[in-house]
Amino acid sequence: MTGFPRGRSAVVGAATFGIGEAPGFSAMELLARASLDAIADAGLQVSDIDAVFSMLPQDPFSAMSVPEYLGIRPKLVESTRTGGSAFQIHAMWAALALEAGLCDAVLIAYGSNQRTASGGLVTSGGAPFPYDSVYKPRNPPSAYALAAARHMHEYGTTREQLAEVAVAARQWAQRNPDAYKRDDTNIDEVLSARMVSDPLTVRDCCLVTDGAAAVVMTRADRARDLPNKPAYLLGAASATWHKNIAAMPDLTVTAASECGPRAYAQAGVKPSDIDVVGVYDAFTINTILFLEDLGFCPKGEGGRFVADGGIAPGGRLAVNTNGGGLSCVHPGMYGLFTMVEAVTQLRGVGGERQVEGARIALAHGNGGHLSSQAVTIFGTDEVL
Amino acid sequence: MQPMESHQPDTEFAAFLAEGRFMLQRARGSGAYVFHPRVAVPGTGEQALEWVEASGAGIVYSTTVVRNKPPREDYNVALIDLAEGVRMMSRVVDIDPGAVTIGMAVTARVAEIDGTPAVVFAPAGAAA
Repeated sequence: MTGFPRGRSAVVGAATFGIGEAPGFSAMELLARASLDAIADAGLQVSDIDAVFSMLPQDPFSAMSVPEYLGIRPKLVESTRTGGSAFQIHAMWAALALEAGLCDAVLIAYGSNQRTASGGLVTSGGAPFPYDSVYKPRNPPSAYALAAARHMHEYGTTREQLAEVAVAARQWAQRNPDAYKRDDTNIDEVLSARMVSDPLTVRDCCLVTDGAAAVVMTRADRARDLPNKPAYLLGAASATWHKNIAAMPDLTVTAASECGPRAYAQAGVKPSDIDVVGVYDAFTINTILFLEDLGFCPKGEGGRFVADGGIAPGGRLAVNTNGGGLSCVHPGMYGLFTMVEAVTQLRGVGGERQVEGARIALAHGNGGHLSSQAVTIFGTDEVL
Repeated sequence: MQPMESHQPDTEFAAFLAEGRFMLQRARGSGAYVFHPRVAVPGTGEQALEWVEASGAGIVYSTTVVRNKPPREDYNVALIDLAEGVRMMSRVVDIDPGAVTIGMAVTARVAEIDGTPAVVFAPAGAAA
């Protein structure tokens, strides 16, 4: 008994909008379009939503501006700013709030126009940190590059293995008509791309895109009466060990190694039970670190696990089936998209990328510089 | 009141750096070193901290090269484990930025990066 209300809430509506380039849209407009689509997908009305958990990259007060924009007077708002892991944390609080009866229908939403508005990755305004900034790391890539270099040093992980992650993501993206980057690539192309911060080339780094996503959660009893197959939330847990990369105790072990097992315990499942995995791949090293930390392979074995097409379509594990942050979409904070993809897979509507018979899906989020980690595990009614 | 007691650690650290001094906080009770500077030892809340001169000895924990389009130069960014048991971000200088390796012994000095005083490191044993 962990106290988590396993399977007693579910995602009943999910949508994305403006993936890739959405010129002329504001971030709020993108968020609102995804939200309206998710609410319609759930078979609900805007007036049914009584809790709004939202984030906009450049609006610290989205907890108020998003409800105002949509014309909702929520009983509950939440706007945790842990970067890309915030949405998994939103889902955790949503499950608890629904269970407690604090609200009946939660909208979780995000939108960003970073690509077409500014042409570059939007930084979300963390507090200045002079102890790092004087050395001019090109963050976030440099922070992740430091982790990659350490992993290579300790475990013999190679740049070719990092490149395997990017190639696998592209091959999944080629099966997803919504993905932004779908052209062919190969390991040599990743290795020979422009170096950004050694050992990471620009092809080891996520996309910089526009995009919005939204999901709607209700209690399980109501979910069963709604039009789509519910994706029940079986477990959700988060952990934060540091913010700045210099304060990360061991650059090869993330806090996902601590919150992952808690989420598995809540869900009553183990890594080998997971049919489809979504990890936050802001950089190729992320996928390797998180597959290790979430128990899909032993620590240090991630490079060898992804090698030889290990996580590509037809490989040993279905990872980032939408194409991930590396090839599908990365609008600054990507975590909500791993949840949308989990829902797509559990509904069985993934088309060419569908994992046959998917019943349990893990959707992970990462925020900051490997700082905030959060894990959600969803399942179909067959595993309740 | 000890003259080296730490009260406003961010300001004091910067003032020491401006004088060319690399100082670390040390807990009077436990002897634990603290970096980055804080008002208390992280995790215990111990507030009796004093400033002591850093030994300057360190080992490269990890390293990267920030690549730039010419004419801007590439430069090193590294994480350094200090002999005192704390880790800091820094830059290894006096060597090609790509030749810095994990495990390399390095020695601190105070320099300027674009006009801002900063602790940088050079390979240990190299001419100062």
